[in-house]
Amino acid sequence: MKDCIKCQEILGELPEYLEGELSPELCQDIQKHMEECPRCRVVINTLTKTIELYHTTPNDIPLPSGARERLFQRLSLSDYLK
Amino acid sequence: MSVVTSTTDFTQDQLVLLKKGDPEAVAWFVDTYSPFVYRLALRIVRDPIDAEDILQETFLKVLQNIHSFEGRSKLSSWLYRIVVNEALLTLRKRKPYLELDTPASESEENDEPMEIIDWCCLPEEVLLSVESKKALEEVVQKLPDIYRLVFILRDIEQLSIKETADALGISEANVKIRLMRARMYLRQELSKFYGEKMIEAGLK
Repeated sequence: MKDCIKCQEILGELPEYLEGELSPELCQDIQKHMEECPRCRVVINTLTKTIELYHTTPNDIPLPSGARERLFQRLSLSDYLK
Repeated sequence: MSVVTSTTDFTQDQLVLLKKGDPEAVAWFVDTYSPFVYRLALRIVRDPIDAEDILQETFLKVLQNIHSFEGRSKLSSWLYRIVVNEALLTLRKRKPYLELDTPASESEENDEPMEIIDWCCLPEEVLLSVESKKALEEVVQKLPDIYRLVFILRDIEQLSIKETADALGISEANVKIRLMRARMYLRQELSKFYGEKMIEAGLK
């Protein structure tokens, strides 16, 4: 991917590409290059997959037992614990 | 108690009640945001006791200063900034020289050859196995703090680039540079991990 000028150019455009901020022309440019360059294809695919995997990180981390009660107490809100 | 995402925000009426210190509105606000605040703090400082301290300090600061909140930004953006600042105070107690505003330098470039293994074809049960989830978590923790925080806010909590920049007090351009470095580093490390899984599965 760092081998040729085109690959380096593509690497420079990746942040915008991943944010969906790249113009349709440049997106097509990247996609066309990916068809021709297996290294870039693998890097971009695994990079996209990496981000996707972290998006599935569960967000249901519960508060520790009693933390809500301690927080309400600290904020003088104990009367409003339901 | 409702499950709340980091993007929930408040109506003007609720904000007026909060500013007046209406206890029911405050209790509702605290219940709405405390899971997010705790989770973010835990992800940054990685210690449940420190995370609970940050949870309490964050809400104390928010409620002490809510009268000066002018509503130019979203209430949630303001809250993100406070929780991140509290978490940074904790990190700085451990590492006094932690700097977030230093520009990313070229010397941090990794010279290691890029891993070129297409592990995307691994089945979901391998990509998200208990062992894989542990590896996903561990590689993030190996990132230097300045990259780790950007990655947690943007790619794990899924804040926008602007919200991430505001929460950290750095420019959006800097967020993008750090995010890219973090993502490339994680891709590289995960390629080593999943590369092994490809061999185990006879796919390579």
